[in-house]
Amino acid sequence: MRRKIWVLLAMLLVLPAFMMTTACSKKAAVKKEAAGMSDEERARLEAERQKELERQRLLEEERLRKEAAAAAQTKFEAEHIYYAFDSSTLDATAQDTLRLKAQYLRSAADVAVTIEGHCDERGTVEYNLALGDRRAEAAKKFLADMGIDASRMTTVSYGEERPLDMGHTEDAWEKNRRAQFVVK
Amino acid sequence: MPTKSVISGVLLASVLFLAATAGFAANYNIVDVTNPFARKIPIAIPHFKPMEGGQAESIASRKSSEMLESALMFTGYFKMLDRGAYLADPETMPIDSPGINFRNWTGIGAELLITGGLREQSGQLEMELRLFDTFKEQVIIGKRYSGSVEDQRRMVHKFCAEILFWLTGSRGFFDSRITYISTEESGNKEVYVCDFDGENTRKITSLRSICLSPAWSPDGGSIAFTSYKSGKPDLYIYSLSDNHSTVVAEKGLNISPAWFPTGNQLAATLSFSGDPEIYLLTGSGKIIKQLTKDPGIDVSPTFSPDGRKMAFVSKRQGSPQVYIKNLDSGSVDRLTFNGKNNTQPEWSPKGDKILYTAIEDNQINIFVIGADGQGLAQLTSGSGDNEGGSWSPDGSMIVFSSSRDGNEKIYVMTAFGTDQRRLFSKPGKQSEPAWSGNRE
Repeated sequence: MRRKIWVLLAMLLVLPAFMMTTACSKKAAVKKEAAGMSDEERARLEAERQKELERQRLLEEERLRKEAAAAAQTKFEAEHIYYAFDSSTLDATAQDTLRLKAQYLRSAADVAVTIEGHCDERGTVEYNLALGDRRAEAAKKFLADMGIDASRMTTVSYGEERPLDMGHTEDAWEKNRRAQFVVK
Repeated sequence: MPTKSVISGVLLASVLFLAATAGFAANYNIVDVTNPFARKIPIAIPHFKPMEGGQAESIASRKSSEMLESALMFTGYFKMLDRGAYLADPETMPIDSPGINFRNWTGIGAELLITGGLREQSGQLEMELRLFDTFKEQVIIGKRYSGSVEDQRRMVHKFCAEILFWLTGSRGFFDSRITYISTEESGNKEVYVCDFDGENTRKITSLRSICLSPAWSPDGGSIAFTSYKSGKPDLYIYSLSDNHSTVVAEKGLNISPAWFPTGNQLAATLSFSGDPEIYLLTGSGKIIKQLTKDPGIDVSPTFSPDGRKMAFVSKRQGSPQVYIKNLDSGSVDRLTFNGKNNTQPEWSPKGDKILYTAIEDNQINIFVIGADGQGLAQLTSGSGDNEGGSWSPDGSMIVFSSSRDGNEKIYVMTAFGTDQRRLFSKPGKQSEPAWSGNRE
């Protein structure tokens, strides 16, 4: 009697399982027949999808790199070097700023720059043209000493002709006594 | 020969001035009053007489007399007696001595009298002008000029040159011009030229850029200046007759031109070597030789009239000062010891004095000093920023820029700092004037 129950149980378990597998393979067979795709085609589609994802990834990387470069260039051009009245000496702050500039120029190795030398409105025209030249040259020499290739840097003096601040106060004059960097 | 009363006045004043300045080695005074311009010679210039009648003649007569008055007053030597006080009628009075009643003139205080008679026919003008010593009742100068009506300004100025020569031994500056920089609304700075009195303005450049520091060649045929047309300061040597420029565009600065008194050469500051130095160039921009050899700023050359010395600005001892280089021996001596910032020197065509711009406590003013370092005098004070002085060709006057009325404008004054007034009215800012030689 007990043996018969076990056989029955087994048959009860096996039968549906058997039925299911045959049903599954039937399903797969049905699917396959409907899409008409082979294993190779599926692999090809998948490869293309991966390639597209990679392309998007590279574009995004490029965009981020360009953004970063633009931001670095903006920062490079926005930070000026300042000088004391009638002086072309680089103080500690100026030297720090120039070190940052050197960093940028090392990382953006194909970039050429113009270094502009400027003066405040006090002082006379010709003297200020010469002083502006000395200021730009001082900044260039510092960078050259730090290893930046001198041929990448051109200097130009604007004397007192291009003030940033048109005011006639000490404050305005301070802002105008500067060397300014422009990426070519 | 000038009459005693006049010449003694001028000589006495000159002697007094020399005596007064001898003791001023260490300090300076503002506007030396013992100078030839302090006591002005009273002169009467009645309206000229139209000799035949006719409207053109009348108009020319009045205009010429006014031009003459204007030109003589410009010099600072004379004081014009008001025509309303004249006792004689210019329309009827004789223009030559046998008929003139000199007591009409000495009576109102005139020491000098000028009469003029004009004849005009179909646009052609004949002008007779005479200068009289009213006390001696004698004619000093008598001239007749003819030409077209358009030449009347030139005729009048020729007569003024005769008067100045009689008075001072120099023909004055009536045939000279002034060049200057005018800042336009766009921000561009262009080169302009006008006659010595501000008349007949002409625009020289249309570079739509920044032009700076114009300088006349000795013959008045060229103007050298710096322009940023190419994006950097290049030196332009512009010929007025050809309307053409030769450009000196070395690396770095090409600035601060100043012509040598003879030949066709000029000095300029070039920084292609890495350091601003003064070089001598040909009139076509070729480097002849290097005139300064000193690390640091060397700028603003100006030559003595005999060409043997050059004054310039150097920072070699720590602050911008004026130095003089002896071009024969090569030795360089410092000229200015007063103040910490002395620039823009200009050597007087008379050779004896050098003017310059001094900045002290944010005040910018024009000073003059003897070429020997003696006689320092401050010419401007308490009236805005005053800079960029340039001598008249006879060394009697100085043109400069002043911001005393707000914007920078062109002003003139005598060599002693008296009679300071604006030269002309023009919108915008004008600066950096340079006075040409006298073509007469």
